[in-house]
Amino acid sequence: MNELSTPMALQEHIKPTPQWKLIWRQFRRHRLAVASAVLLIIMLLMAIFADAITPYDPNRIDTAYAQGRPQPPSDIHALGTDNYGRDYLARALFGMRVSIFVGVTAVIFEIGIGVTVGALAGYFGGRLDNFLMRVTDVFLSVPGFFLLLIIAGIFAGTLLTLVFVIGALNWMTVSRLVRAEFLSLKEREFMTAAQCIGVPGWRMVTRHMLPNALAPIIVAATLAVPYAILTESALSFLGLGVPPPNASLGNMLQDAQQWLRTAWWIWVVPGVIISLIVLSFNFVGDGLRDAFDPQLRR
Amino acid sequence: MIRYIVRRLLQAIPLLLAISVIVFILIEAVPGDASQMYMDPEKGTDPAYLEQVRKSLGLDQPFYVRYAAWLVKTIQGDMGFSFRNRRPVSLEIGDRLPNTLLLGGVSLLVSLVVAIPIGIISALKRYTLIDYVLSTLALVGISVPIFWVALLLLQIFSIQLGWLPAVGMHSVRQTYTGWAAVMDVVQHMILPVIVLSVAQMASWSRYQRSSLLEVLGQDYIRTARAKGLRERGVIGKHALRNALIPIVTLVGLSVPTIVTGAFITETIFSWPGMGRLGVEAVNGRDYPVIMAVTMLSAVLIILGNLFADIAYAWVDPRIHYE
Repeated sequence: MNELSTPMALQEHIKPTPQWKLIWRQFRRHRLAVASAVLLIIMLLMAIFADAITPYDPNRIDTAYAQGRPQPPSDIHALGTDNYGRDYLARALFGMRVSIFVGVTAVIFEIGIGVTVGALAGYFGGRLDNFLMRVTDVFLSVPGFFLLLIIAGIFAGTLLTLVFVIGALNWMTVSRLVRAEFLSLKEREFMTAAQCIGVPGWRMVTRHMLPNALAPIIVAATLAVPYAILTESALSFLGLGVPPPNASLGNMLQDAQQWLRTAWWIWVVPGVIISLIVLSFNFVGDGLRDAFDPQLRR
Repeated sequence: MIRYIVRRLLQAIPLLLAISVIVFILIEAVPGDASQMYMDPEKGTDPAYLEQVRKSLGLDQPFYVRYAAWLVKTIQGDMGFSFRNRRPVSLEIGDRLPNTLLLGGVSLLVSLVVAIPIGIISALKRYTLIDYVLSTLALVGISVPIFWVALLLLQIFSIQLGWLPAVGMHSVRQTYTGWAAVMDVVQHMILPVIVLSVAQMASWSRYQRSSLLEVLGQDYIRTARAKGLRERGVIGKHALRNALIPIVTLVGLSVPTIVTGAFITETIFSWPGMGRLGVEAVNGRDYPVIMAVTMLSAVLIILGNLFADIAYAWVDPRIHYE
C-alpha cells in the first residue's frame, strides 16, 4: 500500500534494511542470548578440538591413579581421575563432544522428517494430509520416553541408534508447525502469482514456501537441541544410552552416584557442563524467537 | 458435548491399536524370545525341551495369532504374568500405581501453587529486575537435568545435613503406626517431589507470564482501566481469569506424565512406583509388563488430551465443540 503511494523519485533513495540485519539488531538486544551464543561457540570448539586440548585418552587407565576411588584434581590431572584412573578432564571433554553430537544430529534428523511430513501434508492437503496427520497423532500419543527406554534397552544402542530413535520420536511438533505455515502460505497472493506464471510445484515449495517458513523452523530446531541432549543424558544416566567405556555426560553422572559422599568433582563437573550447554541453547532459542518476531522490533 | 466426547473416545481406539502393534513388532524384532526366561539350566540346551517350552507359551504360533490372543486377553483385563516374579501384571501395577499417583499428584499441586504466582509477578513487573531474576531462574529450571538436581539435593539434605532420608518410601527396620507412619512417608516424599516439580514449575511459570502479558494487552483491559476500575480489580477480575486458561490445558496434558514421567526420579530415590516398574521391566526384558506400562501410558495420554480439551471449553465459553 505504502509503496504504491510513494513517489518514484523518493523510492530510489529508500534502501530497505536487509531482513537478516533487522534480525541481528533485535537479537543483539537480548544480552543473555548473545552471551550464551558466545559460550556455545566456545564449548563447541572445545568439543571439536578435544584431542588438542587434552593429551589424555579418555578411556586409558592410568594405573598409578587407579586406586578404586576417584583421585582429586592435581597438577597432572587437572580435574582429577575417576575410580579407574581415567583423566576426568579428558572424559568431560569427550563426553561433551558425544552429547553435543547426539543432540545436534538427532535434531537435524528430526527436522528432516518433520519438514518432509509437514510440507507434504500442507502442500497437497486432502487425503494425504489427513493420513499424515493421523500418523502424527499416533506418534503424539506414544509414551515417548518409555519407548526410547524400550528401544535403547532392548537393542543395545550405538550412538547412531540413539540419534535415530530420538529423532524418530520427536518430529511431530515440527511437522505440525510446517504444515500450519504451508496452509497459510498457500492462500497468499504471491503464491497465486507464482502459480499463474507456471512455476512448477517442487520449485514453489523449495523457493517460495520453505524460505518463508524458515524462521519458526530455526527456532524450533534451536529449542529442540537442549531437549535431545537432556534425553540422551537421561538415557545414559539410566545406563541405556552411550555404552561404556565411552564417556557421555549422562553416564559419567551415573558412575558419580556412588561417589556423592567422597568426591565432589566427580558429580559436579558433568552436571555443570550439561546445564550450561542446555541453558545456552535455551537462551539462544529464546533470543532467536524474539528476533524473528516483527512485533517485538523496536 | 457428550457426542464430542464419545467421538473422541471412538477415535482413540484405532490410535491405541496402532500403538500396540508398533510396540508388539518392536518386541518381536528382538533376537531371542521369552522361552529363554523359562529355560531350565540342566535341560536348557535340549532342542526338544526348548520346543516344548515354546509350544506351551504359544510362541510357535505366527505373529498375528499371538497378537490377536494378546489383544483378546488384554481387552478382558488379563495382562498376563510378569516374567520376573510370575505375578499377574495387574497386581504389579495395582501395587505401584497408588504410590506414583501420590508422588505425582503432590508435585503437580506444588508446581501449580508456586508457578502461578511467580508467573503473575513476572508479568506485572515486566522488564524490572525481579522479572529478569524470575525469568532467568525459570530458564535455569528447565535447563538443569533433573537427575542432577536429584544428586545435588541428595548430597545436601541427606548426606551433608542428614535431614531427610535418601531412598525408599518407608523407613526400614521401623514400624510406625498412625500419624508417625504418615509423617515417615512425607519425609521420604520431600526430595522426590521437589525434583519432579522443578522443571514443571519453571515451564508453567513461563507460560503463566506470557499468557498474562498477552491478556493485559487486550482492548477490554484498557476499557476496564478507562472506566476507572482499581488496578486490583482489573488484574484479579478481568485479566487473571483469562490468563489462567492456557494453564488449565497444560495441567491436562501433564496428567499422563504424572504416571509415567517419573522414570528417573523414582529410580534415583527407589520410590516403588510405576516409573521404576517401567525401568525394571526394560532392564529385565519383562515383555508383559513393558506392554502393559506402554498401553497404560498411551491411554492416559489420550485421556489427558481429551480432558485438556474439555476443560478448555469449560473455562472458556467462547469455545464450542461440535
